[in-house]
Amino acid sequence: MLGTPQGTLQAILMGAEMRRGRVRLELPLVGENGHSVPMTVRVDSPMSEADYVRRIDLVSEKNPVPLMATFFLGPHMGRAEVESRVRLNGTQRVTAVAQLSDGSFWFDAADIVVNESACLDGG
Amino acid sequence: MTARIEVQREARRGEPVEVRIVIQHPMETGFRYDALGRQTPRNVIHRFECRYGGVEVFRASMGAGIAANPYLRFFVRAERSGDIECRWVDQENATGYASARVTVSG
Repeated sequence: MLGTPQGTLQAILMGAEMRRGRVRLELPLVGENGHSVPMTVRVDSPMSEADYVRRIDLVSEKNPVPLMATFFLGPHMGRAEVESRVRLNGTQRVTAVAQLSDGSFWFDAADIVVNESACLDGG
Repeated sequence: MTARIEVQREARRGEPVEVRIVIQHPMETGFRYDALGRQTPRNVIHRFECRYGGVEVFRASMGAGIAANPYLRFFVRAERSGDIECRWVDQENATGYASARVTVSG
């Protein structure tokens, strides 16, 4: 089930709904090289003890392992923003799902054209 | 494992402090073959955590979808002067550590 993006999302949501908004996923429109693509995710959250982002999951549509990373955040961070570099196996849509401290799920998705794939499946 | 951590040295209380870290690591996907056709086993840094003043503030669970030489940038709210400490482990149980001190005023 975790081998598909849909199964991965289902395992994260466990039956809950996710709504679009509050999350902003930034990827370049075109990635020349899928081996290393800059990625920033931010969530509109006060990051206070009462209202913070609990986790952010990054799900790839085309990678052999759809779940690329999970970030566990908390009120001590002050700002809900994480940047990293990801591997992408071809042109695809990437989804970032954030769970807030009230349990609600929010997401954003970004489409990226990858010219040279990271060839994660040995191709 | 070599790593470089960059944190602003001084901050005002309540201000989010930017932490940037890059770790030298191949993040082997397990899908790569050598010249003899042997599969290179998967070995990624699967767990990364950051503590500030001894309290866990950020943790990442990573897979082969994170690029080689993983880079992370995140924030920690300045509370009091102390160490920002990062620890990580890969699938061969190799561990790494990097820290930086932040001095908090106000």
